[in-house]
Amino acid sequence: MARILSLAEAVAENVKDGDTVAMEGFTHLIPYAAGHEVIRQGRKDLFLVRMTPDILYDQLIGVGAARGMKFSWGGNPGVGSLHRFRDAVENQWPRPLEIEEHSHAAMANAYEAGAANLPFAMLRGYIGADLPKVDSNIRSITCPFTGEVLAAVSAIRPDVTIIHSQRADRKGNVLLEGIVGVQKEAVLAAKRSIVTVEEIVDELNPPSPNSVVLPTWAVTAVVHVPGGAFPSYAHGYYPRSNAFYIAWDEIARDRETFTAWIKENVLDAKPEDFARHAAKSAKAA
Amino acid sequence: MTDFTPTEMMTIAAARALSNDDVCFVGIGAPSAACNVARLTHAPDITLIYESGTVGTKPDVLPLSIGDGELCDTALFTVSVPEMFRYWLQGGRITTGFLGGAQIDRFANLNTTVVGPYDHPKVRLPGGGGAPEIASNCGRIFITMALSKRGFVEKLPFITSMGHGEGGNHRERLGMKTKGPTRVITDLCILEPDPETKELTVVSIHHGVTRDEIVENCGWAIKFAETVIETPMPTETELSVLRDINARTKKAHQGTEKGKEAA
Repeated sequence: MARILSLAEAVAENVKDGDTVAMEGFTHLIPYAAGHEVIRQGRKDLFLVRMTPDILYDQLIGVGAARGMKFSWGGNPGVGSLHRFRDAVENQWPRPLEIEEHSHAAMANAYEAGAANLPFAMLRGYIGADLPKVDSNIRSITCPFTGEVLAAVSAIRPDVTIIHSQRADRKGNVLLEGIVGVQKEAVLAAKRSIVTVEEIVDELNPPSPNSVVLPTWAVTAVVHVPGGAFPSYAHGYYPRSNAFYIAWDEIARDRETFTAWIKENVLDAKPEDFARHAAKSAKAA
Repeated sequence: MTDFTPTEMMTIAAARALSNDDVCFVGIGAPSAACNVARLTHAPDITLIYESGTVGTKPDVLPLSIGDGELCDTALFTVSVPEMFRYWLQGGRITTGFLGGAQIDRFANLNTTVVGPYDHPKVRLPGGGGAPEIASNCGRIFITMALSKRGFVEKLPFITSMGHGEGGNHRERLGMKTKGPTRVITDLCILEPDPETKELTVVSIHHGVTRDEIVENCGWAIKFAETVIETPMPTETELSVLRDINARTKKAHQGTEKGKEAA
């Protein structure tokens, strides 16, 4: 059964130095507040996994919390580069970053294989592409029925997956809506999981019998952090702050500006600070 | 209309490549603008799909990311990312993929991964995302990017997604049954692969552009097809639709939030 904890407790109990950590969210529901708590607690040597590492992973990489990253697209969507990620890969600042790079299709399949308790995933992928030449974890398998050669990638099995969702009930059952990405697969593939939520309600009342629900017995910890996905968004609660994604380009371009921003907005801040983003948009709506 | 920018001409020429019957996997940026101009002009029933899982989406403003809430709000339905890539893309349900890229070569192979050696890159680009499998699994591929020496290069440092590989029947030899890139729309001209060699050749030149400008802005010795036409100029409707959606988009993305307020 999921325990309802404070963010500090959930991260302290579930994220250890050296862990393989997936903080998922495909543009939507990105667990920023939880990622900031990981930075505040000074976790190090993490191996980060995410299909679309964006600003949150730029921050974790920039503070030196990560030894490596497995990913399929590392940019600031619609804006440009992740400057901290680039600085780590191009100049090894603040430390070298080992990368394992895939395509979206391969990562999505690898999470699904993890959730399905399989050792690997296969796909008709990477045909004529150079990634298999530089990533030894992209291999091939021959279909025993047709002889077709397909791409194979190992399953993703994080030590801990962290996601954000709209709401949970008091028992810790979690509902996800909108662009649901790979979060269900990422949670089910992991040994432990933390879900931060906008609201904790008496009755979950899923809107459809086919709603995406993660039952309490499949989740380790649930944490109430309203606004916790900002500057990403929570469908039905507040919109994506595209303005912040654009502003991040300048903040992250320079090591000093970045470090000052982290001190002011992460190290000297607390989870409750995210609530103002939820409140502001609720007023606007 | 003769009063238009090269970028506007590019987007409109790209939009014209699409039809009402297309089921189109949309890349972010220039492809997204083109696909939505098509939807708002001659192809109102086109199905636009973004890799975030949104199917049949009709955004009022162009998304900044492939997963903006606008895409989900206006979609017929939204699926998980594994379902998107497995059932819809790999399942062969997508007629057309629309991609952009940082670099392209004469056989329409694309690079969005690195400039320089992979292990010690001079420039680390975002990577492939969905492109490697979009390029192989969609029925055909359109590409749109501005013509420049930096972008249209003799040799790619890295092949992120395969177009026509080494040319000729390379795709068939690798077992692919899809057509691959059939058109590249730039701000100066339109290119199509030669039927035999698959080398990109100029088939249409935009109004006011000279052959010399095209040659000077391409990193390889670009060839012209036997018959080259002039791209029809944008109509008043096409231009006003494009300018309106760009204006709405700019306003929406600027928002009111300032970076400093953000946690």
